[in-house]
Amino acid sequence: MTNIPFEQAAPSRSGLFTVAALQKAVAFVVLIALIAYFGVAAPNFLTQLNIVGILQATAVNGVLGVACTFVIISGGIDLSVGTLMTFAAVMCGVVLTNWGLPMIFGVVAALVSGALSGAVSGIIIAKLRVPPFIATLGMMLLLKGLALVIAQDKPIYFNDTPNFSVISNDSLVSYLLPSFEVPNGVLILFAVAIAASIVLNKTLLGRYIFALGSNEEAARLSGVNVDFWKILTYALGGMICGIAGLIIASRLNSAQPALGQGYELEAIAATVIGGTSLSGGRGTMLGTIIGAFIMSVLTNGLRIMGVAQEWQIVVTGVIIIAAVYVDMRLRQRN
Amino acid sequence: MAEAGPYKAATDARSAPDGLLVEMRAIEKHFPGVRALRGARFDLRAGEVHALMGENGAGKSTLMKVLTGVNQPDSGEILVEGRPVTLPGPRAAQNLGVSIIHQELHLMSHLTAAQNIFIGREPRRVFGWFTDDDKANADAAALFKRMKIDIDPRGEVGHMTVARQQLVEIAKALSFDAKVLIMDEPTSALNDTEVDHLFAIIEDLKAHGVGIVYITHKMDEVKRIADRVTVMRDGETIDTLPAAGTPISQIISLMVGRDLADATRAAPRSGGEEALRVVGLNRGAAIRDVGFSLRKGEILGFAGLMGAGRTEVARAIFGADPIDSGEIFIRGRKQRIATPSDAVRHGLAYLSEDRKRYGLVTPMSVSDNVTMASWPRFTGARMFMRDGALRKTAGEYVNLLKVKTPSVDQETRLLSGGNQQKVVIAKWLLRDCDILFFDEPTRGIDVGAKAEIYKLLQGLADQGKAIVVISSELPEVLRLSHRIVVMCEGRITGELDGLTATQESIMTLATQRPAAEPIEAQ
Repeated sequence: MTNIPFEQAAPSRSGLFTVAALQKAVAFVVLIALIAYFGVAAPNFLTQLNIVGILQATAVNGVLGVACTFVIISGGIDLSVGTLMTFAAVMCGVVLTNWGLPMIFGVVAALVSGALSGAVSGIIIAKLRVPPFIATLGMMLLLKGLALVIAQDKPIYFNDTPNFSVISNDSLVSYLLPSFEVPNGVLILFAVAIAASIVLNKTLLGRYIFALGSNEEAARLSGVNVDFWKILTYALGGMICGIAGLIIASRLNSAQPALGQGYELEAIAATVIGGTSLSGGRGTMLGTIIGAFIMSVLTNGLRIMGVAQEWQIVVTGVIIIAAVYVDMRLRQRN
Repeated sequence: MAEAGPYKAATDARSAPDGLLVEMRAIEKHFPGVRALRGARFDLRAGEVHALMGENGAGKSTLMKVLTGVNQPDSGEILVEGRPVTLPGPRAAQNLGVSIIHQELHLMSHLTAAQNIFIGREPRRVFGWFTDDDKANADAAALFKRMKIDIDPRGEVGHMTVARQQLVEIAKALSFDAKVLIMDEPTSALNDTEVDHLFAIIEDLKAHGVGIVYITHKMDEVKRIADRVTVMRDGETIDTLPAAGTPISQIISLMVGRDLADATRAAPRSGGEEALRVVGLNRGAAIRDVGFSLRKGEILGFAGLMGAGRTEVARAIFGADPIDSGEIFIRGRKQRIATPSDAVRHGLAYLSEDRKRYGLVTPMSVSDNVTMASWPRFTGARMFMRDGALRKTAGEYVNLLKVKTPSVDQETRLLSGGNQQKVVIAKWLLRDCDILFFDEPTRGIDVGAKAEIYKLLQGLADQGKAIVVISSELPEVLRLSHRIVVMCEGRITGELDGLTATQESIMTLATQRPAAEPIEAQ
């Protein structure tokens, strides 16, 4: 009983072992199948340039998906991740461009404004007892408006901070493997995903997130300060959105205040495709990352094959429904 | 509908050969592990109120579920108006004129009274494409008029008082041409004026030949309204008596039966230090001026009927529900407990009757559940979970309490009820809680495991833990408690010594409605 390896305990936190494994496997198989199909059907799909493009496109959605995964496992929902990302990027722009401070302050500004905005959502949900859907819907619009007001409806360019583009666009990997130009944004995605996975599975906060999502009332009656941990969960999600804000601002070399709305749905879709239960208590970071890749491979592959953008959207919708349906059926059978 | 209303059908019923509306003979019903009904019998005449009494779990509800087609009996005979019938489902019972009004009302609060009454069989017009609201409202108004009540058929049910909602339920039952109306504790949410009104309506229904099965725990109501009383115990029908002329004490002793469980009694305890004292606890109508004290090493039983306010008292002390007033002293010091986490910090624990909803996070592992209230203790750098230590400790408690589980990593939802209860107990022992509130500690637990839980509780008391046991099973209360507090309608109606208390003395206190109290306007 003493030295059971940790991996044996993990299943209990992500649902039945077999189901969780199967689910991840299903998402993974779908991803491989999509890559194989497009690799054969679209000659340009498996070129290095295109692969880097896919990776880069996944970075932002993947990081936002990680934020959503925390909140959704805790039994909530966050519709504000997209505009929160933009708000954080704008705050970063204000600090770097308008105030002319060094780059590190801009990074801190994005993370802190993200965490604070998330905490506000958390407080509205935990203390004022506004349902998460409504609270974060309000925050989505509120932050969108604030971003536009602060940026005065114009993009804020980072021309005075030349190093800012390093965050997302340079490639640390290419120093080691000169032929493979993986942009830093992708490294950030993987770093965030790994850190998030550790937080979720190995820390007190992570354990409370699962407990809240599985049975909030039982946790409360166990003496857990439910409100505090809930607020912390939303704050953590907000901070991660701040990271996404840095990636997208660095990639575009500007904070675009009009951007952001719509990203939340893609992030939630990635989370759900990855097997996280919308009713809480179950989910993995790896699943979410796979989900995010499924979304971007699909978009990219269909585009390369010359499928009209309109139909790309239709197919994406079908895939989301199919993924969740298969997920539910698998769980019912067990 | 208007003329072929409820009362006409009931009049037909009186023409049944032997005047019996319903006769149930030798009804047997098994559930997994339980023999819920053992040759139970029951009959109902037209135009009578027949009270059905018995302790919780005596089989009243199951018998009525058989009569309303919800449960199918294993064997036995049901005759409606002298003809043998089978009731494969609730619809079949309804078609035979048998309707039930549950204790918890089943109305759709956003719909109007008329919409609720005719839900699923709305009058239609224009080839059945549209509902005929005018006809529904008129029919509902006709029903209300016959019941001599003033309810607007167009009024939204959610805006009505519970008493009026109940009247809507009755109207709905009558609209099915009900000849047999089963009422399950209909007065539990009514004030005295409303009860008077309900009884007037019942009298009126009687006069029109409707037979009423009246399930209740309240002796005074039986005396007021019932013509006959049938007492059930352990799934058997013990006796049927005329309500007039039968003393209440006789009904109570029939309900509790011979006292076999009294053989084992907790030895009296004294001298223990005071662990908990509650003074003047109030919360709306649910808790009224409740005060008691609890010593270390003592098991204090809380007896009373369902809805007497025992669970509410425990939850209020534990900070799970807000209180209006009251003082709580823990180990002699006055403490303010606003949330469960305050209570836990002071060493209080509440083990809910509904373990799956309030006690456990069932999709999580045994080790996570055992340690849940103590997680911060199992962290490194106040952040990272030390799963090795957590598992080891959980394993120790699993062994200590003899929880049967293949491993501490097993999901708790896969454990049996008794083992789940042990997991909850382990959680609080690990958290060093020494004032433990057990709410129905053996509900849903099979007989063998019950004895084990009893031994566990007695062992905890021997170690000096202060324990409150809330239980609706009198033998359980008598077996465990050193002292017994009895509650009725939010008040403590008496305190008994564990050694000398009997089921009769508890039941007398539990049904003792505080008569001297002025009726509060609501």
